[in-house]
Amino acid sequence: MSLSRIYAIFLRQYYLIRGNPTRLFGYFVWLTLSIIQWGFITKYLKTLNQGTFNFVNVLLGAIIIWEVFNRMQTGVLMSFLEDIWSQNFFNYFASPLKISEYLAGLILTSIGMGTIGMLILISIAGFGFGYNFFQLGLMILPFVVVLLIFGMAMGVLTAAMIFRLGPAAEWLGWPLPFFLSIFSGVFYPIAALPISLQWFAKLLPPAYIFESLRTLIFTGKLSADLIFSLLAGAVLAIIYFLAAYGFFVRVYRHNLRTGMLARFGSEIG
Amino acid sequence: MKIEGLTKEYQSIKAVDDVSFAINAGEIIGLLGPNGAGKTSIINMVLGILEPTGGKIQAFGLNLKHHRSECSQKMNFAAVYAHLPPNLTVRQILTVFGCLYTVADLDKTIDSLLIKFDLQKFADARAGVLSSGEASRLSLAKAIINQPQLLLLDEPTASLDPSIAREIREQIKDYAKNKQAAVLWTSHNMKEIEAVCDRVLFLSHGKILLSGDPLRLPAEHGKKDLEELFIAVAREPLSLNNNL
Repeated sequence: MSLSRIYAIFLRQYYLIRGNPTRLFGYFVWLTLSIIQWGFITKYLKTLNQGTFNFVNVLLGAIIIWEVFNRMQTGVLMSFLEDIWSQNFFNYFASPLKISEYLAGLILTSIGMGTIGMLILISIAGFGFGYNFFQLGLMILPFVVVLLIFGMAMGVLTAAMIFRLGPAAEWLGWPLPFFLSIFSGVFYPIAALPISLQWFAKLLPPAYIFESLRTLIFTGKLSADLIFSLLAGAVLAIIYFLAAYGFFVRVYRHNLRTGMLARFGSEIG
Repeated sequence: MKIEGLTKEYQSIKAVDDVSFAINAGEIIGLLGPNGAGKTSIINMVLGILEPTGGKIQAFGLNLKHHRSECSQKMNFAAVYAHLPPNLTVRQILTVFGCLYTVADLDKTIDSLLIKFDLQKFADARAGVLSSGEASRLSLAKAIINQPQLLLLDEPTASLDPSIAREIREQIKDYAKNKQAAVLWTSHNMKEIEAVCDRVLFLSHGKILLSGDPLRLPAEHGKKDLEELFIAVAREPLSLNNNL
């Protein structure tokens, strides 16, 4: 892998944002509005609950952690779509750029934008609603990393689907985080789902992460069960990432064979 | 670069049919033929952006199929249909592609390319607002940013006025001569081909029909000039084939 070529992909996205800062709206403004809205909802719920349940910790914490996944998935998707809209694939893939370097560049961009987004969320939640994201200390880090990997996996998967089905398939990518949040136990325990849907939740790494985090917030201790649950989520996230990468490579080879790679950018499929 | 038995089939259609040729260092080869003859398919396969159905492309002693990235490091191209990012400035585009081709001393290289292709005053302009001539010059600047040993040019002067087209032709000829670079050049401008190419390959229905010196080939086939020969190839490729 060439760091120079990975940097080139990152640089292109950086230039795009610098050239037209309104792009930041898509990255940060929805995020800011969302955390402010959830901040007020938790405040209101707290008054109804009369202090017996800490909605701020559970809901705002969940929102921020879920955004790690959300930012990674949409970050990779957005960067990929920018390349489609600018019809860059011909020039990119006729250069020495390898698929692994291209995806690494997209992920690097996504991590950069996601980190800024997280800092905004943590600041608003902290200063506006008194939520301390770092109350769990470094214990939070492995949970964040697992969601980061799963976010990359879903970003690469949706990019691969668009690469295979054509630009119009971008609409398969946007609702994915919302769809997965239903089964991932972000806002409620997995037990709240009908039993028939709980098996599906068990296939999703975020379900392990959010169930574990809720327990961690209540007990404050990282037990053997929690570590096992975290490891299960991590292994699943890595499997998803490898499968998504493999799928992207497969689609690339298909497009190479059929000539779609040279013609990509206009509507295909 | 050596191409052997190159074939590309799309379902039942053979776009390129058992094509073989080689390009030597410093040589400029014109790839000619009517629309749909297979020129762009050959260029795309050499660039590694289209997978051949059969045959082999050997570049710089390496099999392109297994060493695409290493081979691409020593190649580059300019084509009217390969858009450069319209929302980046000229300098930003050259920076991004300089990084993609891991060009050393990039800032200095970009400055000299801007001068060479008369793009200094557009350095901070977005590519999307350039005229077609300016965009072609940018495309050529990008094409030689890594000092390629093999340069693929698909109608590089198609949208340029005659004065700039001549200047560009001279620059590419000088580049090929000074760097001993091989150039594969497609064009529908036969005068240009006569002026630039050392050898031409006429393609028809995916096959090489004729090859030779562009200045001698028309007479060898009883035609006045290259343009007349081109028209004959385009209209009656089979009868021309029988005369060989």
